[in-house]
Order: sequence, then C-alpha cells, then structure tokens
Amino acid sequence: MKPFNVFPYDSNINFIRLRWLSLGIALAMLLVAVGGMVVKGFNFALDFTGGAVTEMRFEKPVDVDDVRERLDRAGYGGAQVQSFGSGNDLLIRLQPKQAAAGAEDKGNTTASDVQNALAFEGNPGKVLRSEVVGPQVGKDLAINGLWALIFVVVGFLIYISFRFEKKFAIAAVLTTLHDVVVVTGWFALSGHEFDLTVLAGVLSVMGFSINDTIVVFDRVRENFRSMRATPQEILNKSINQTLSRTVITSFVAFLTVFALYLYGGGSLQGMAESQMIGIIIGTLSSIFVACPLLTIGFLKVTKQDLMPKAKDEAALARRP
Amino acid sequence: MLTYPRWKYFVILIVLLLSALYALPNIYPQDPSVQVTASRGAKVDPALSAQVSTTLKQAGVTPKSVELDNGNLLVRLNNADQQIKANDVLRDKLGSNYVVALNLASTVPNWLEKIGAKPMLLGLDLQGGVHFLMQVDQKAALDKRMDATAEDVRVSLRDGRVRYDSVERRGGNTIIATLANAADAEKARVEIAKSQPNLLLDVQGNTLSVQVSEAEMQRMAVEAIEQNVGTLRNRINALGVSEPIIQRQGSDRIVVQLPGVQDTAQAKRILGATATLEYRGVVEGNAYDAVATGNVPPEARVYYRRELGPDGKPMPVLLNKRVIASGDQLVGATSMMDSQTGTPAVSVRLNGVGGQRMFDYTTDHVGKPMAVVYIERIPEVRVVDGKEVRTTKVNEEVISVANINGVFGKEFQTTGLDSSKEAADLALLLRSGSLAAPMDFIEERIVGPSLGRENIERGLTAVVYSFSFALVFFLFYYRVFGIITCLALLLNMLMLIAVMSLFNATLTLPGLAGIALTVGMSVDANVLINERIREELRLGLPPQTAIAEGYERASGTIADANLTAILAGVALFAFGTGPVKGFAVSLIVGIATSMYTAVGVSRAIATLIYGGRRKIKSIWI
Repeated sequence: MKPFNVFPYDSNINFIRLRWLSLGIALAMLLVAVGGMVVKGFNFALDFTGGAVTEMRFEKPVDVDDVRERLDRAGYGGAQVQSFGSGNDLLIRLQPKQAAAGAEDKGNTTASDVQNALAFEGNPGKVLRSEVVGPQVGKDLAINGLWALIFVVVGFLIYISFRFEKKFAIAAVLTTLHDVVVVTGWFALSGHEFDLTVLAGVLSVMGFSINDTIVVFDRVRENFRSMRATPQEILNKSINQTLSRTVITSFVAFLTVFALYLYGGGSLQGMAESQMIGIIIGTLSSIFVACPLLTIGFLKVTKQDLMPKAKDEAALARRP
Repeated sequence: MLTYPRWKYFVILIVLLLSALYALPNIYPQDPSVQVTASRGAKVDPALSAQVSTTLKQAGVTPKSVELDNGNLLVRLNNADQQIKANDVLRDKLGSNYVVALNLASTVPNWLEKIGAKPMLLGLDLQGGVHFLMQVDQKAALDKRMDATAEDVRVSLRDGRVRYDSVERRGGNTIIATLANAADAEKARVEIAKSQPNLLLDVQGNTLSVQVSEAEMQRMAVEAIEQNVGTLRNRINALGVSEPIIQRQGSDRIVVQLPGVQDTAQAKRILGATATLEYRGVVEGNAYDAVATGNVPPEARVYYRRELGPDGKPMPVLLNKRVIASGDQLVGATSMMDSQTGTPAVSVRLNGVGGQRMFDYTTDHVGKPMAVVYIERIPEVRVVDGKEVRTTKVNEEVISVANINGVFGKEFQTTGLDSSKEAADLALLLRSGSLAAPMDFIEERIVGPSLGRENIERGLTAVVYSFSFALVFFLFYYRVFGIITCLALLLNMLMLIAVMSLFNATLTLPGLAGIALTVGMSVDANVLINERIREELRLGLPPQTAIAEGYERASGTIADANLTAILAGVALFAFGTGPVKGFAVSLIVGIATSMYTAVGVSRAIATLIYGGRRKIKSIWI
C-alpha cells in the first residue's frame, strides 16, 4: 500500500538559491523584533514588575466601574480591573498599600483588603488567587533568565563543536538565537503579557529550535561523507531529504501545544503562545536560515570540514 | 536481518512493570482529612479518638474513619466542606494542647507504600495554599553579631584587667580598641586571642584593631539564615500545617509554602513576628531626671516600660547597654503559674553560654533589679520620590523589672505578665526561637482550592487532548508503524509519570504543560525513524533491512537532537524558580525517557511484528 506523504519523494526545491532572499527576510524579522523590544518594550507581568494581582469569583456578574470606585475608596487608586471568563471572574491589579504603622495592620494582606472592599450585598466574592511580588524578585528573574540563555548558548556551542564542527555550532546557535529573539519580539510587538511561564516557553523554544536544526545538520554531515557533489548541492539535498520529517514533527508538536492553548486555561496560554510561534519560526529557520548560513562568509563549509580526520592525522603523525 | 536480543525484551518487560507499579499510586484519590497531633505532653489515645468522634457527631459531621496512626489521629472525611467544618469544631474543642491541621490523606494501599511507590506531590497551583518568599536582612544579622563581638572584646579586656578607653565598631568588620596604656597592647592581644581565636588582631601603638575574617562573616551569614529556617519550621509546626515546605533559596531568601492554608493573615502574623527577648541589668539612677536633662549615664540607655505610669505616659527606665542574655541563647520556654505569687509566668531555659552569663551577672547583682526587654520588629515600606524605601520600626518595651532574688543559672522564671494568655503567647514566641536576622515578605501568592481543582482539570484535559491529537495523526499517517509509535508514546508517558513519582517531583501546572510538550518532542524521534525507514524502502532495500537500517541510522540523529534539547531543559532547571523548575523537570525526564522508548521499545515491537516472518513483500508505513 502506498504511503501517505506530505511532500513528494523527490522534492528538489533549491533552498540555497533562495538564500539571500530567505536570509534577508530572517534578518528583517530579527530587526523588527529587536525594534519592537526597543521601541515598545514589554508588557511585563507581575512576576517582573512587582505589585499585586488578585483574581476573584463572584456569584453574579459585577460592574467593573463600581469595583474600581470601591477600590479607590479603600485607598487603592488607579487599580486595573478586568473581567474574564463568564464575567463573574475579576482580575484586579494594583499597587499594594505601604505597610501601615501599627501592629494591627501588620497582618493585613492585600487579598483580604480587596475582598473587604468588594463585599457586595448578596453577591459574595471568593479569592481564587492572589499574588504580591516585590520588584527585587522580578529583577532577579530577569537576570536568571539571561544567565539561562548564556548557559544554553555556551552549552550548545561546546556540544555541537564537539559532535560536528565549529561552523555548524555557530550557525546553529545563530539560528536558535534568531528564533528566540523573534518570539520574544512578538511579545513586545503584540503587547501580550510577558510572565514567568512565557519566559519558560521562550527558553524551551531554544530546545525545540536546536533540535530541528541538528536533525538537518546531521543529514548534512552524513551526505558530505557519502556524496560526491558541491557543498551547495549537498546542503540542498539534505534539506529536501529531511523536509517531510521536519514538517511532520512540527505539525504534531504544534498540535500538542495548540491543545495546551485551547484547553489549558488562562495561566498556560502565554506559554503555549510562545511555543506555537517558536515551533513555526523554528521550523522555518531550520529550513531557510540554518543551512544557507553554512554557505556564506567564514561559515562556508567544505568537505574537509566534515571528513572524519582524527584517524588520518594520527596516522600522518606516526610517519617518519 | 531484523533481530533484537531477547534480553532487551526482558528489560522492556521489567521497565513496563516497574513503570506501571510506580505510576499506580497517582490514580488513588486523596481523602480530605483532619490530623490531630499532641503538643505539650498531651496524649493521642483511644480516649481522644472517642472524644473526637462524639464531638464530630454533635456537630453533624460524619467522618469516613477515625484512625490512630504513629501517635497522630487521622480523621478522614467525605468532602472538603466537611473537612473545614471538622477542623473548626475540633480546634475549638481540643484547645491548645493539640495541633489540628488540614491534611490530604493518601488512600494508596499499604503494599504499594512499602515498596516506595508514592503519588506525585501537587504544587500549590494545583491544590491551593499560600506561598511566601522572605528576604533575610543579612546586614542586620551581621550588625547584631558584630555588636556581640565588640561586647566580647570588652569582656575579655575587663577579665584580663587591661584598662581601655574605648571599644568601638569601625566600618564593616573591624573593631578598634583604644587602650589606656600602650604597654598593655600585647597583653590585650593575648587575652582576646585566648577567648576568640578566630579573630584577626593587629597592634599599633595603644590601639588594637580586631578584624573578623571574610570566612567568618560568611559563616555568620549562613548560620543566620539557617537559624531563621529552623525558627520558621518551629513556628509553622505551631500553626498546624501538614507537609509545609521551608527552604533556603540563594544566600538570603527563604521560601515557605503552606498547602491548604487560606488564611494568609494568620500565617503572616505567625511567620513575621520577629519578637525576641533581652535580659538587661537595671542601672541605678532616676530615669525621669535622665530623660528630662538628657544626662544618661554612659553605660545606660533609656527604655520604656509597657505599663503606663501615673502621668499616663510610659515609665522610663535606665538599662545597661550590655545584654546579659538574648533570644538566640534561649533553649526553651513554657508558660506556667508561679507557685509563689500565683501570677502567670514563663519558665525559661538558656543554653550554656547564656546560662553562664546569667550566672556571672546574677552572682554579682543579687538583690538588684533586672529587666526583660521585649523587642518587636515591624517592617515598613514607604515610597519616597517614586522609589521604594524599606525601613524597620523597632518596638522595644520593658515587659518586666524584677529583683534578682538568687543566683540564676540556665533555668529561671520570668514573672510579671498580665494574664495567662499573655504568658502562653510569649512562651510560644520564645519557644519558637528567635530569628537571627529580621525578614521581610517580598513575595506572596495565594491560590484558592477551587482554582487548584480547575487547574488540574484544565491541565489534564490539555494533556489528554495533545496526546490524542498526536496518536490519531500517527495512526492515520504511519498505519502499522503508527501503532508502534503510539505504544511507544504511551509507555513513554507511563515512564515519565513513574519516574517523577519515584523522585518525589512536585507536579505544577507548567509541569503538566511540560508533559504535553514532551509528547510533542518525543514524537520527533519516532518521526525520524519512520521517515528514515520510508527513505530506505524507496532506495530499494528489502523491508526488514530497511527497518533495521532506519533504526540504526536515526539513533545517532536522535541522540544529538535530544541531548541538545535536554541541555536547554537543564538551564531552565538551574536558573528557574518554582513553577518553571517543575516545567523543566518534566521536560528533562520526558526527553530522556522518550529516547529510550522511541529507539529501544519501538524497535522491539517492530521486530516482534516483522522480524519472525521469512519474507515480507511490503510493510505498512
């Protein structure tokens, strides 16, 4: 029985010929992403900015303006109030009150304060979730995120240099960084909230993106050793040979993350969003960016780069 | 051709059995329950069990069971509402001799527990509760230790009969002692070195500089945070929370997680109460005059008593600057009725150093008054010029002044408390030990129990859907090999759950996301293999060779691709906190297990299906 296939067996698209175009587009995306980050900045969530957020559920829908007014009276000016879900749920963001002097105020938490302020007659509210975070914590998180990024980049460089070759390591890391920056840039441009789970999502994009790229590179290495052709032909062939695998994997991975986005509820949506975009960008870049990078400038690979040479050198060294 | 060693099948069978066994506890639901533990010498016995049963019956609560277990009483209930009701009723009835805590009791059968099979712990986001992150004020802790060191230097000099003009703290970690006589410098150095060998000493003329080494400062900082962790643990035990998490994070933070607790105000009060005691000698002289004229004796400081004087203002009292004993030297405290006066009192026990000091002081000062100072620290946050400024208000009150009526050693009593409740409160705070350094709450999260339940449902739904999406796609796309892939994926999931349960990992909402993502990533290995087999078939290899080649050739790629992905997971784990760590754990474990199932297990199944037959014309892939 004939197998199903996404791509015909002998697809032979000349990706390398398109390299200037595809690299140009990648660069443009990168610049737009960086521009977005610089100009618009991020809509950082509480995890990073510090502050207080309280999620409440009421028995009946409540009037958002009324809520704002009540909070104002309770001493929380400029509170952001937003209803979500069925309209009975409220998300309230505010700056926590400075701890008032006097021992009896010490135990007062923002959550119970908000609950008191919003004690509607016959429509009691329940606190579903409440968070108060100091700004110091956010700074630490950002720094840790940066360290994680550096750790990953260095780790990739070492591992790939060791298993493949330095040029491959640099190309793979550049591709991965490109993906991370573009995904991060998306959050700046769209203004979607950037919280801790999004950060985790963005970092996991690195794992996915490098995975995709390595599979293609692995085939490049194999073909360099077994085929007689110019580097460009080999790169092209490798991309085409792995094309259906790349697309299928990404499709299934996208499906699973899409399920997270659909059914995981609010707190997983940001993470799922970062991963959905990451999977798309990662797939495209492993096809259009990673290999073309190996044809330009100092990253240009030759057969010599990939032939197993350790043995020959050892043998040569033994000669008188 | 297509063969697979028999012992590998054996391994797979064992892995399958073990995975099933260790994943099993997760399907047993937990009973909402109330746990009663004895405190203060009370006993948990069948009589208590009977008392609890009748109390609950009167309140209209029917427990599932009331069990005696390791000296605890476990009351299993039918639902969360009954649990809360039972908790309130029992707390009122049993009073302070017992600690009543909400708990979730496992229903996992004994034989499973015996072999170490436990369900995964649920993170706060999945079961509700409170989370605090506390910042320890290391500077204050070091300040306190430096003051104590300066005092020790003074004592050493006095004991060695070296006259000195002053002993002062300078800057960070230096103390300068100015001696009356330059000739005494060497003698002073020897005296101090004798009592405190790990100080760095340097003599210059008649000044002696005493330095605390960097290593010593480091040690002090670590000690301070460890003492705080211990103190918090004691205080939380008094709060009655089952399975709290109290952990050091970094060099100056402590994480406290209290599952099931909803009343943050109470939790914060108990955790944040930074009260300590200091015993100080009373300096003779008229305190009112001293306050009015500002002429305070050099060795004294003005303190105020808690009670108000006849003029309606707190009464001042002059106390020695030198602390006789302080909270961190306190070993235990119990409230009691003083047998002589019949008033409430707290019986106090000090450690060796504190006891010795108390002994020395009281030996010289029998009949003279000594005061107990109660110090409370209240953190304040103010915004000045748009910047947050953290300050601390320190409340110092003299809670008792009493004449020393004998020589005290390690054990003695503090009297002069207003009520037995006050005595009990004070004893509790003292018993919990004091904090070595003050702490501020910098992060606080509450997750309601209903949201926790919703999160679990949503997370599980998401995982089930993402799993089903993948399975359906594979069955459709690769047919027979789709079935193989699906079986491998299922075993992968089972292994992942088993490994996470075995290592006691905490399952969080992002962790569930990690499991879903694992499905997405582990799919990759299977796709690589299946596509490779197709490719080999197209090249004209006979089916069985194609399968063998496909697995062989894809393995290297899979290893390279997955190891790099694990690297990213490790970074997430190393630099992440809380939920992100949970995500990283499931990702790392998931990728690792998927490498085995995709390469090893699916190959075994494929061989099982296609290996035995002599000739195969075509395979369904």
